[in-house]
Amino acid sequence: MSMIKRNRIALIFLLVALMAPLFTDNQYYLYIVTLSFIWTIAVYGMNLIGGYTGQLSLAHAGFFAIGAYSLGLLTVDANVPYWFAFVLACLITTVVGFFVGLIALRTKEHFFAIYTLCVGYIIYLVIYQWDELTGGVRGLIGVPPPSPIGPISFESAESNYYLVLAFLVLVFVFMKFLTESLIGRTYVAIRNSEELAQTIGINTMRQKLVSFVISTFLAGLAGALYASFVRFLGPEISYTMTTFDMLTYLIVGGIGTLYGPLVGTFLIVTITQSLQFMEEYRMLIFGPLLVFLVIFYPRGIVGGIQMWKAKRQFKKRQKMKRTSSTSTHEGGD
Amino acid sequence: MDVLAQQLFNGLTIGSVYSLVALGLTLVYGILHIPNFAHGALYMVGGYVTLMTMTTLGLPYFVAMFMSILVVGGIAVLMERLVFHQLRHSPPIHDKIAAIGLLLFLETLVQLIWGADYRSMTTPFDDIVSFLGITVTTQRILIVVAAVLVMIALHLFLKKTMIGAAIIAMSQNREGAFLQGINANRVAMLTFFISGGLAAIAASISSPINLVYPGMGHLVILKAFVIIIIGGMGSVPGAIIGGYILGFSESLGATFISSDYSDIIAFVLLVAILTVKPQGLFAKGAH
Amino acid sequence: MLIETTGLTKAFGGLTAVDDVDVGIEEGKITAIIGPNGAGKSTLFNVISGFHSSTNGKITFNGEDITKKKAFNIAKLGIARTFQTTNLFEQATVMDNVVIGHRLRTKSGVFDALLQTPRLKREERACREKAEEVLTFVGLQKESDRLVSDISQEAKKRAAFAVALATDPKIVFLDEPAAGVNPEETGGLVALMRKMVNNGLTVCLIEHKMQMIMELADHIVVLNQGKKIAEGTPEEIQNNDTVIQAYLGGGEEAADAH
Ligand SMILES: Nc1ncnc2c1ncn2[C@@H]1O[C@H](COP(=O)(O)OP(=O)(O)O)[C@@H](O)[C@H]1O
Ligand SMILES: [Mg+2]
Repeated sequence: MSMIKRNRIALIFLLVALMAPLFTDNQYYLYIVTLSFIWTIAVYGMNLIGGYTGQLSLAHAGFFAIGAYSLGLLTVDANVPYWFAFVLACLITTVVGFFVGLIALRTKEHFFAIYTLCVGYIIYLVIYQWDELTGGVRGLIGVPPPSPIGPISFESAESNYYLVLAFLVLVFVFMKFLTESLIGRTYVAIRNSEELAQTIGINTMRQKLVSFVISTFLAGLAGALYASFVRFLGPEISYTMTTFDMLTYLIVGGIGTLYGPLVGTFLIVTITQSLQFMEEYRMLIFGPLLVFLVIFYPRGIVGGIQMWKAKRQFKKRQKMKRTSSTSTHEGGD
Repeated sequence: MDVLAQQLFNGLTIGSVYSLVALGLTLVYGILHIPNFAHGALYMVGGYVTLMTMTTLGLPYFVAMFMSILVVGGIAVLMERLVFHQLRHSPPIHDKIAAIGLLLFLETLVQLIWGADYRSMTTPFDDIVSFLGITVTTQRILIVVAAVLVMIALHLFLKKTMIGAAIIAMSQNREGAFLQGINANRVAMLTFFISGGLAAIAASISSPINLVYPGMGHLVILKAFVIIIIGGMGSVPGAIIGGYILGFSESLGATFISSDYSDIIAFVLLVAILTVKPQGLFAKGAH
Repeated sequence: MLIETTGLTKAFGGLTAVDDVDVGIEEGKITAIIGPNGAGKSTLFNVISGFHSSTNGKITFNGEDITKKKAFNIAKLGIARTFQTTNLFEQATVMDNVVIGHRLRTKSGVFDALLQTPRLKREERACREKAEEVLTFVGLQKESDRLVSDISQEAKKRAAFAVALATDPKIVFLDEPAAGVNPEETGGLVALMRKMVNNGLTVCLIEHKMQMIMELADHIVVLNQGKKIAEGTPEEIQNNDTVIQAYLGGGEEAADAH
């Protein structure tokens, strides 16, 4: 009972998400929402390393692309069975993430951001230039949809929607378990002060690496889902701009919060997609929005709501204290 | 021999531009410890302002360049006042995100106003001259000469004027400088103005040999970061030397390895350096 | 000796902040490191706790060579420390700051979180209990749910002690524990340090407040310009000519001015 109560927001979200396809026949809406769920998974990755562990990684579009291209190339060129390719794609991204992290995480703060920005750019250049493998600017066409699992096939928009939703739920639960546990607290301790974390016996390098590897795994997972959902890949998914888009979703929703990636990605992806003219000029609004949020609401929408709630509770408690103290006072008289 | 000389001169030209951009970046880093990701956007705006002043107002090249310095310097000062100054007590991750926000905004704004086309900039310096067995346009000579003059002027400014000395003092010790009565706000604003001005000059002199388009700052800013990591974040001489090192590596790399991947040289260089020395080449006291 | 350094040296570029220092810290005692500002006291702590690597010399803990060990491994051995400026996380509660102090005694990893293992639950409870225990010990049980930014400077010092104590240390290094705390409250901190020693801990502290040191310390080591210039009991130090000249010469004022 209390578990339901504690997680009621998540459960309401889930219920709405499960029912959504019943209320609309519009395939396009479903497409957009599915896309936003895929990006949410990648943004969760960015949130873990950036929001909780405090290391702003600007290579995540690159990892997303590695997941996507791995799946695409394995299925299209190497004819590997779909789900096997899917697992391999996640694995490849994670292994690359491990080695990048091993080196990148030795750098701190600004150096880490710049380093990962450059790693992201190298990934982009390789995808762009190595056209015998990746198709270069022409892109990679004809990525197959997920092959059926038992009786369930993934041809229709609805089935794809539910598949992606299932992954998102798993990722969400994982993130909830992780960030609310001692392990999540360890990451936050590193974000707050790496020095202090070390002096209280935390192997910060190892913790950061694990956090980074998970975050690249999530980016790769999202990439693999993207590849078989959109079924066409171009090098621009690995471009810095894609990382910046993801960063925008994260900051708007709330960096370092559990619900932030969910809220931010859904809002921005649906808004930009429904206002077509915004596609090209979205950053005219989102650029200043990033600046505004970072100055006034650094923890985004979700962080803002949390703060408001905390304040209200604090006031309530103060009021209760005051009334109880006056009543005892009167009683004493 | 001729090919080598030609490529060396190319390296000198590219290096000059890189050095100017990196100088602006390193000055701001030295003073405020902000890696200004929006610096590439300033460079891009600089290119556009010069180009548009010439084509729509019909003003001469150097006047347009001067306009560009004022406009971009002004934008940089606004950035400092409206954004970075507000964030001075925030965790460092916020500065970076804000800088990215500014970058995205400026780029889209320019695209909205002037479109996404690639434009070329024509200047009076398109004569071709030959010397020492190499053939170049006068624009390339202008790039080298202008860059060197600007660097000398900057050097004199930093060394010989009070306010220049204050910039150096503040980049070495912010709190200390503040205590000794240096007006930290004025120094920060001025540094941003100079930084923007340098970006505008770099864009104005390099655009005639490249092209002007909204994404023209992307690679330049990334490379400028690589340069200041090579030269030591915050170090003025480091930015200049690093700029030329990268310029030469690229032009030689393009000739002897592959021109497809010449852009990657900078990043491989960076990855290599930070792999070996995670704190950068000159971790402390690089001034 | 619980901790012993021999010929310990730390140079930053051309500056030798700690210069050929031999100190021994006796178990169950209070050892104080004193010396003028810039003498290298904090650097000595930093090197012993593995925060900086030493340029030369050797550090042993219970006879084991720990010179090359990393900071987090040194903490695991039972060596805790606080910083000169308390670097607690101000936007979190006192409890949240302290709870993580016991993390080094736990083993749970990502998979425990994913599978919600009993081990994770057990260890989370252990961390909480530990935090409650040390907060009670330092007298902050009432403040445990308040934000660090809302508590007094003295309470912050106590909270920093609590974080160190939560690591289950054998020895704690306290860097200027009473700095920035007003004189009336210093007494409470002194009592707390005594209490730590009575509970079997070894304490080593850096302090400028001479009066406090003289009544608290069992053993005093004096550093000046990176070198050890004297050591002994408080009486010996008070009567040592070299110390008087180099440091105490200016009297209380000079010492407190730092
Ligand atoms: N990380 C560092 N890099 C360079 N010099 C340092 C560093 N830490 C301390 N120093 C220098 O070492 C000397 C001793 O400093 P410190 O140990 O903090 O002195 P104390 O704690 O005795 O006041 C000082 O001159 C200080 O400037
Ligand atoms: Mg000190």
